Amino acid sequence: MVNFIWAFMAIVGILYAMVNGTMDDVNKALFESADQAVKISIGLISIMVFWLGIMKVAEHAGILRILAKILRPAVLKIFPDIPKDHPAIGYILSNFTANIFGLGNAATPMGIKAMEEMKKLSGTDEASRSMITFLALNTSSLTLIPTTVIAIRMQYDSAQPTEIVVTTIIATMISSASALIIDRFYYYKQTRRK
Amino acid sequence: MAIITGISIWIIPLFILIVLLTAVFKKLPAYELFVEGGKEGVKIAFSLLPFLVGMLVAISILRSSGALDAFINLITPLLAFLGIPADVVPLAFLRPISGNAALGVTTELIAEHGPDSFIGRLASTMQGSTDTTLYILTVYFGAVGIRKMGYALKVGLLADLIGLLASIIIVTLVFGR
Repeated sequence: MVNFIWAFMAIVGILYAMVNGTMDDVNKALFESADQAVKISIGLISIMVFWLGIMKVAEHAGILRILAKILRPAVLKIFPDIPKDHPAIGYILSNFTANIFGLGNAATPMGIKAMEEMKKLSGTDEASRSMITFLALNTSSLTLIPTTVIAIRMQYDSAQPTEIVVTTIIATMISSASALIIDRFYYYKQTRRK
Repeated sequence: MAIITGISIWIIPLFILIVLLTAVFKKLPAYELFVEGGKEGVKIAFSLLPFLVGMLVAISILRSSGALDAFINLITPLLAFLGIPADVVPLAFLRPISGNAALGVTTELIAEHGPDSFIGRLASTMQGSTDTTLYILTVYFGAVGIRKMGYALKVGLLADLIGLLASIIIVTLVFGR
């Protein structure tokens, strides 16, 4: 699926540029975006090193286990195939917490770490059930306070920059809940076929 | 509101404080553990590089050729017929594909229509309530080497669509058009 989408985007773009006469722009964008991707990855290094370092200490100090214990019932319901005391749960919770408070750059390293732990559980290069659930929740955004948007609204002299917080929270809850429902739907559809 | 922004500022330093206090209390080699974990971070960040280059280049080809805009122009009247405001259609399509592009469009919409207009509020809500599905998929699955994604993309995109429709309905209900 991803192989197809990836090739499709590039092929359609190049073919369209032939007809539309935008080959110049494509040529330029090609290398600019490659450059940008490298910059993003390099920018991730500082965040990843810092957070994975701190989280390693937290893991050994037993803090992840405590965090996992408190919120375990809810998480076990959402991720039924992760064993009770598995470190994956601690990382999943850290990712959710970071997301909820809008700490996007802390959320990514913890999310990747959670994925890694879930991959250890499944042991294949195929996305497991809990991985997809985790991904679905992340893509639907768990952020409660959209700080970037508020900043933009302030910049353009909004009378109430934060008035969109309530609508954003409701929309986030609806999209997260539907992500969970759709995820369950496809999972059961898949298992029934097998 | 003040409380929540306050929490956002305090939570990271407090978390670090608790972690380090516990480590010192338990006589753990905190610094060595930090370095050990950090090394993993370097590895992951570098292993992500080819995934990000590949994905961002393909997206930029599609955008810079004008194909994406052409498609959006084509589909806008149809969506307008269904009650989706024409102004936010580009945002709806860009949001799951490219975080930077979506933020750019949101800023443009807020600048053009004003932050307190219907479009301004709707764009703000849409921007805040979903995330860049393709980026998250690339980063999370890329970093741990997942090749078969199963139904993950379908779930992500469908949830985006529902989030978008929910935003339109909620903003209309709360603020009116």
